[in-house]
Order: sequence, then C-alpha cells, then structure tokens
Amino acid sequence: MELTRRDALAALAATGVAVSGGGAAYLASRESGDSPAGTADANATGTADGPIGDAELDVLVAAAEVFYPSEIEGIEEFVTSFVRGRAADRPEHARAQADAVAALDDYARNWYDAGFAALGRETRDRALRAMSVDAVEADPGGEDDQRVRYYVRNELLFALYSSPTGAELVGLENPQGHPGGTASYQRGPES
Amino acid sequence: MSGPAQTETATAATDRAPSDRADVCVVGSGPAGSLVAHRLAEAGHDVVVLEAGERFDETDRLERQERAIRPAHGPLSVWDMGGERDAYSSTGERHYPLNVARVKGVGGSTLHWQGMVMRLHESDFEVRSREGVGRDWPIDYADLRPYYAEAEEALGVAGDADNPFAPPRDGPFPMAGFPPSYSDSVFAEACERLGVAMHSVPNARNSEPYDGDTACVGYGTCRPVCPSGAKYDATRHVAKAEDAGARVVDRAPVQRLEHDAAGETVEAAVYATPDGETHRQEARAFLVACGGVETPRLLLLSRSETYPDGLANSSGAVGRYFMDHLFAGTGGVLDRRTRQKHVGFLTSECHQFYDDPAAGTDGPEGSVPAADADPSDLGSIKLEFFNYAGPSPVEQALGSDQWGDDLLDSLRESYGNHVAMGGLVGQLPRSEHRVGLDTSTTDDHGSPVPEIRWSLDDRTRRTIERANEIQERVLDELGAEVTWQVGPENTGPAYHHMGTTRMGTDPAESVVTPEGRTHDLSNLWVAGSSAFVTGGAMNPTLTIAALSLRTAEFLDEELRQN
Repeated sequence: MELTRRDALAALAATGVAVSGGGAAYLASRESGDSPAGTADANATGTADGPIGDAELDVLVAAAEVFYPSEIEGIEEFVTSFVRGRAADRPEHARAQADAVAALDDYARNWYDAGFAALGRETRDRALRAMSVDAVEADPGGEDDQRVRYYVRNELLFALYSSPTGAELVGLENPQGHPGGTASYQRGPES
Repeated sequence: MSGPAQTETATAATDRAPSDRADVCVVGSGPAGSLVAHRLAEAGHDVVVLEAGERFDETDRLERQERAIRPAHGPLSVWDMGGERDAYSSTGERHYPLNVARVKGVGGSTLHWQGMVMRLHESDFEVRSREGVGRDWPIDYADLRPYYAEAEEALGVAGDADNPFAPPRDGPFPMAGFPPSYSDSVFAEACERLGVAMHSVPNARNSEPYDGDTACVGYGTCRPVCPSGAKYDATRHVAKAEDAGARVVDRAPVQRLEHDAAGETVEAAVYATPDGETHRQEARAFLVACGGVETPRLLLLSRSETYPDGLANSSGAVGRYFMDHLFAGTGGVLDRRTRQKHVGFLTSECHQFYDDPAAGTDGPEGSVPAADADPSDLGSIKLEFFNYAGPSPVEQALGSDQWGDDLLDSLRESYGNHVAMGGLVGQLPRSEHRVGLDTSTTDDHGSPVPEIRWSLDDRTRRTIERANEIQERVLDELGAEVTWQVGPENTGPAYHHMGTTRMGTDPAESVVTPEGRTHDLSNLWVAGSSAFVTGGAMNPTLTIAALSLRTAEFLDEELRQN
C-alpha cells in the first residue's frame, strides 16, 4: 500500500496542524516550492532553522521502516511531510522529538558504531529492542528509551494508524482521530 | 496552555474583581449554570458566573484528542484534572473515581460527556407510589414536559420518534436522528427473533448543522473530547449568556457563601483568584450549579454559627442520597465483520426493560425469559448497542510491544468482529450514600475536600444481574462468543452524580423546593442533578437542562417581583 502526502495531511489534520499555524504554511510551501522561515527543506542540521533537520528526518524515516508494515510504500514522503508539518506547528514538540532522535542515534553509535539511519533494517530492529523501546511505557518526560517510544515509535505509529490509509490496512477507513464523516459507520463490510 | 499557577496580567478578559452590581451570581458554568445564566441575562438581569476551572481554548481540542488517544497521557490530562485543587476522599465500600467523572472548566463536565439525552419516564417521578421504594418527586412528568422540549431545542438533540417505550412528546426532535449503524443491523436480526425492540438514541450531537455549529464529522472520540464542536457542550450557552450581557469569571473557585445576620438570605459568594486574592461577589440572588458533588460541598463549607451543619441544611439532607447509574455490559466476538469504531456514539438502544425489567419477551423464534426475581426487587434497565466494541487499532498499536508486520497481524486479529451491549441500571436514594467533607485533607485553598461514601445495594446488584441476563441472551442468539462481562462485582459508576440536595415540599426532608429555591434561605437557589429525588436509569443531562430552564423561569419571576 502506497502512502502519499495526502495521507500525511490526513494524519496532520488529526493533530490540528492542517487547519492552522505554521504547519499549514509548511504544507503550502511544499506545494509552491518555497521554504518559509524555520521550515526549510534543505536545513542539514537540526539547529540552524529548526530542531528537525535532514539528519533527524533520516533517523525518523529509518525508524518508520522498522515500525511500519512491510507492505507500506512511500514512507519517506509520508514521514517527511508529517514530521515537518508538525514541527512547524509545534516547535516545542519538535525540540523534544529532536532530543529523542538524538538519544536513539547516540545509542546506535555507542553500541553499533554507526548512526541509526546507517544501520541495516534488521540491526535497527535489534537496536530498538535492545534499547527496550518495545517494552517501556511511553513518557514524553521520561528516560531516553521512554522518550524514544513516545517521540519516535508512537509518534510514527500514531501518524500511520490515525490516518485512513493506515487504518484501512486493518479494515477501518475512519479511525479515531480522523474526521471521516458519518457515512462509513453505516456501511457493511461488502459495500 | 495556562495552568492554575500561571500568572496573568489583568485584562478585560482576566479581570476577576467582583462586579459592582449583580442581580444573580451563578456558581458553576456547566449545563445547569450556563442555561440559567443565559435565560436570566436575556431577560435583562445582571448576571455574574463564577467558574472554578479555566476557560479552555477551543483551538486546543485536537491536542486534547491526541492526549485521549495516546497512552502516555492519562485520562485526567485531557481536561487538566487532578492535583491538589481536585483532591477528594473515597471512603465507601466501593471506590468512587471522582476525577475521571467530572471536568472543572467553563462548560463543566459536558466537555467530556457522551452526549446522550433521554427524558425520564413518567414512572421515574413516582417510584414510591408505584413500587413502594425510594421517594416520589414533588413534580411529575407533565410538569417537566414542556421544559424537556425546550431543553431539546437548547442542546440541539438529534433523534427519531421511533421509541415505543418513551414518554409522550409533543413534536419531533430538533434534528433527525443518526441512522442506525451496520453493527446495529447485525444485532437487529437476533433481537427480532427474540422479540427485543431496538430504537434510535436521542443524541445532543448535530446530525446536520445546527445553531451555528457543524454537523458531526466522525472524529470518533466523543468521550472525552469532540474537536469539531458538533457535540453539545455548555460553552455554547456560556457564549450565549455572554452575548446577552452576562459576565463569566473563570479560575474563581467559590470558597463559601456568606449569609446575613438573620440567616435569611445569602449576601455574598467569597471566591479565590489565581493571584492569591479573595473577593466577595454580592448579588440579589445566588444560584449554585456545581454538580452533585461540589454543590453539597459548597453548602457544607458555608457553615456558620447560625447554620453549624452547613448552609440550607436544616433537613440534614445536604450531601445525602448520593446516587449514580451503574454500568452493566456484555461483549464478545462473532465470526463476521461488525464494523466498529467508526464513530464514538450510539445509534440504537432498547428501553423495553425500563419500566418492567422483570418481563420476558416472546419473539417469533425465541424469547428472553422473565426474571426469577420479584419485579418490585428490580430497578429500571436501559440497554445499549455499542458502535465501539473491542480495541481501537490506533490505541492498541501505541500500547503494543510489537511493531512492523507482527503488529499489523495483531491489529487485524483484534479488530473487526467485536460486538457489545452496555446498559445503565439505576440505584435508589440511600441516606448513607453521601458527599461530606474530609477535614483531614485540604485542597489548594485550604478547604476540606469532598468525601464520597458510596456503594451498591442488593436491589441494584440484582438489577445488574438481570441486565447481564438479557445481554447474554441476545449475544447468544447472535452466535457470539462472550469474552467479557461487567456485572455486580466489577461494575462502576456512569459518572452521573445525583440526589445530594434533593427537592421536596417538606423542609424537614429535602433541601430545595420544587422550584429550585432552598427551603432555608430565600435568595439561594440550586440547579442541576443534585436536585434529583430519584435517578431512574437514563442519562441525566436532559433532565438537568429541563429542570434548570424551569428554575430560571421561577428565578426570573422572583427577581422581577423583588
């Protein structure tokens, strides 16, 4: 199944980004090719124009490749649009997300001698489990593993499974958090 | 987001000094307080509303929705409940989880409610006369009937007149009801065979644009937060009241009411503000509308030399007769898709067992057996057919220890074939179930916190068992494998706080008159579910609204005459 920018928009809508604020400006800039202040596509680090730069995005996309089902395609576009749009709308959240991404990247460098995004998919999976991201409780103010679970794993899975395309993998086209109208609940499975 | 400790610069919006002149001071901005405030302001009275909680920014609702879905944020975080401000004690045989049962803020607990709005039945007003238990209300359904219609208009109720068990009404609902769900149609096959009636549910939720608010867009998180505003909440009538000239002061918890030397009238509401100051709001009349817990607490906190047991408490009934509805539920799985979790509200119910819970059914291909229990030993039962049975895929994904293909496999296995029936069971008023003061624990202003002593009686237990019996029969007919049940042992409250300043004509046994004025103080009024004499088994907010609109009329008349 192919994820698109439209799916990222739907996921952002569930967080309020698409209806107001900097996220809308970011998404508009994606359409026009412009780069509004603080949301430049080309910022290579997370410190010059905003906390989420290309390096942070690489880690998030690499994590999504582990967290998302193998039948999902278009992960990079989806994750980039979602994360950038949300970062532009909620800079504090983005800063905390960048810190969690850095913690994951540091963990990979310490234990696997390479940044997280440079690891093979299987190794990324092992690293995440070794860090206990599968077992700890998500906590935005917690330890490194808890913050990775909150800002990386759960952030990415929230984006996927609160979007209609992601939830449709499960058979639900109007998931919680998505304003999908009042027609689908009346339809049977064969319609 | 602003928090209780945040400092503010005084502006027009945050000026919390008392008004120089007020006809009415309303304490609480939930549905009762805001409806009365709106009506009185429209009638030309100067109204000040004091609200303990904050005025939430409507643009934050999607963030609140995200907190409701993501497991890292507890349920109290959605509306910023908890902490020293909201401390309480639960000392009864059953724990009462007060802070998940309420919201403090402009709009009150309608901010997190489900939005189900049924009228009480005629029988609910005369339980003592009909069944020899509980107590009759001093008013009957006919007295409240026109106010129910007004309340349905005010709240914006979507419903269809297809319920053969509902009390009589004079016209259609303001909006068409929501059509039944696919899941309802699955239930309908079994219910028809058993002779169990299904009908629509009146929802305070827009099935079409109504009074400036959008139609429901299906976010699916009605409880605890509706981001679209399609579900009614009392901020609508707060806004209307303000448009009509009322002043609403948030973060202004009233600490006590002070009466005159003779103890005949209330002179002022003493309230605290975030800057640490304490103010006195004087008014010609006072209306307390803080819900079934904080209303009696405020009266008890207002004790004086003249009234050592609390204000308006010469009967000793303030805080007593605390009631809630109990949840009874049964759920399971089918070997077919049931299409749950598209919306967060109900579209079908069954009130067939409301007035006669012991009666059996006689369907074309089966029946629900009559109850073994003596019919007079059972209370009313309201049955519900869920549209949100089973786990939510996104919530399950976030709480899982899996990811990737393994997670997707688990989600596919979990989602899609669940069914469930819920239900509400009423309990009778009992003196020992009460809201009191825990003087050993104080809140952020040094006031004793509410102490809730609550439990289940045998009649309620039997009624829950009867509800389970009917639910099991329907699910069995459906061919479902029952996987869970909420019965007498693991039941919990439905967060409907009722009965703690009950109305009556005898000042020795009740707190307020049938009009809503306290027996003891001539300018002190109470609105809300605390005035209920019995609670039936219907969600209470429509009755809260109807009673409040009725009280507003009497209070308006009183203000005009004096």
